[in-house]
Amino acid sequence: MNAPTDQGNQLAIEFMKGLWKENPIFVMVLGMCPALAVSNTAINSLAMGLATLFVLFFSSLLVSALRKVIPAQVRITTFVVIIATFVTLVDFLLAAFTPAIHKELGAFIALIVVNCIILGRAEAFAARNPVLLSVADALGMGLGFTLALFGVGAIREILGSGSLFSIPLFGNSFEPWVVMVLPPGGFFTLGFMLLVFNWMQQRKKQTASAKPV
Amino acid sequence: MDNLMWIFISALLVNNFILAYFLGICPFLGVTHKLETAFRLGLANVFVMLITALCAWLLNTYVLIYAPYLRLISFIIVIASTVQFVEMAIKKLSPELFRALGIYLPLITTNCAILGLALFATNKGYGLAESLVYALGAGGGVTLALVLLAGIREETRILDIPDVVKGTAFTLIVAGILSMAFMGFAGMFSGN
Amino acid sequence: MAQDVKSSRLVFTLGMAGFISGLVLVSAYLYTLPMIEANKAQALERAIYQVLPGCNAFKPMGLSAGKLEVQEMHGSDAIFAGYDAKGQLIGFAIPAQVIGFQDVVAGIIGYDPVRKAIIGFEVLESKETPGLGDKISKDAAFRNNFTELECASGVVIVSKGKKSKPNEVEAISGATISSKAVVKLLNQGLEQWQAPIDIYLNEQVKKQQE
Repeated sequence: MNAPTDQGNQLAIEFMKGLWKENPIFVMVLGMCPALAVSNTAINSLAMGLATLFVLFFSSLLVSALRKVIPAQVRITTFVVIIATFVTLVDFLLAAFTPAIHKELGAFIALIVVNCIILGRAEAFAARNPVLLSVADALGMGLGFTLALFGVGAIREILGSGSLFSIPLFGNSFEPWVVMVLPPGGFFTLGFMLLVFNWMQQRKKQTASAKPV
Repeated sequence: MDNLMWIFISALLVNNFILAYFLGICPFLGVTHKLETAFRLGLANVFVMLITALCAWLLNTYVLIYAPYLRLISFIIVIASTVQFVEMAIKKLSPELFRALGIYLPLITTNCAILGLALFATNKGYGLAESLVYALGAGGGVTLALVLLAGIREETRILDIPDVVKGTAFTLIVAGILSMAFMGFAGMFSGN
Repeated sequence: MAQDVKSSRLVFTLGMAGFISGLVLVSAYLYTLPMIEANKAQALERAIYQVLPGCNAFKPMGLSAGKLEVQEMHGSDAIFAGYDAKGQLIGFAIPAQVIGFQDVVAGIIGYDPVRKAIIGFEVLESKETPGLGDKISKDAAFRNNFTELECASGVVIVSKGKKSKPNEVEAISGATISSKAVVKLLNQGLEQWQAPIDIYLNEQVKKQQE
């Protein structure tokens, strides 16, 4: 392998790991605190995921670019200031351009700031790696987070109100499982998704160990 | 008085921070293996929430009317530093108390539930008394949820659960059932 | 010596971070503020037009020294006088809130002071159970209760299909508590504002006669 493809490869690896192998929600079970509460419909969870992706992307970019300038003692404080700035920015932009979504998400947009993923990635990855890699990592993690959250939101909306993106799917005879759009549904959906994820990981391990080395 | 009572009950049971708002799940899933630990963590939560409510109210009433765009940043920084100061003060004044709660304080400061409390209380326009009662209710609710889950976990430790379900998946499903039970509290103090 | 340099650098870094973040936030705030205000005003306008059919202009009003007056700067406890195209007073839009099933239910009441009737009602905010309690804002039959509801001596809740008097509201079956909350909200809002509105209208009439 020569150098350029090597770098390309590494970018791809950093990007892909967030989608599945180190998916922030399924594997690290991180950053669900403020996000699950607004995962009762597909559109809300998608908006929440994208808002988080935005903040993650830009704070990783900035943290990585400034990693040599920021002294270690005030590292965390500076990171928090950077993240909080971007979150406030998202909050203002959503309120200005998509008031309906802003009303649905409410205070939970501001709560992105305490989403463990963002500070976690800034601290664990962006503060130690060059800009390009950090951005790839942030994009992968953010997308992985968005997809997982969107999955939760879609499942809850389909089962709980019989629709997806407010488009009815089943006709009138469908009796919605109201509990799915209520808080318990959030716990159940994520619990079962984790279960399926665990099961798939286990099967993969078994087939891998079954193969002759 | 009626209103204060409702704020307390609502935050404690009906709109429980953990079971209805999913706030503070990280410690909920991570730390709640032992009743004793869960209870202490809950108490530390109540403590930090009371400080938070006070800070948020002060900021919101005296500072943020002039600079609303600093809301988030000032909440985070002021709450984090106040908790640190109080932590130092406790260490000096009452080593007993510090040993009981101390190790949890840094863990909680960056918790979603704490910032959530500050945001909700100011969004709802609560005054000082209301904020403090709200903090007490929310903290009590967190303690209740933590203790309940820890109890269930202690009881189920020796159960023969399939490997795939073990761990977080199991905890989440138990939390879902708890959350469903707590739905029964809805409707208190309303209607008539 | 090295320590000194360090601590000044710490302060400088934090200061810079704060300064830049402040700059970004202030400009974002100034840029989005007019849009956010416009969105809010639009939402309020839509709600008022909904509950006062035929309305196309409104003035915020509030109590000052116990008397109802038109207010330029209105707080959260204002009501709104609605006028039609000819400048005739149609009625008042009265915001109110009560404790519902899950959390606070906030709504706005369209009130016709001449006929002493509710002529519209919109839920502004509620977290009532989807599929059950949230019918207070979605169920057409329930909403029909508020197109012409006599309210001189308060409104009363009855079960579905049992409405016999003009001041009765038919509850949603399966959402009794939410329905009751709405009725309570109506009565609370009216109780608070009916008297000041009557006084205000009497004065207006007197002024015209003079």
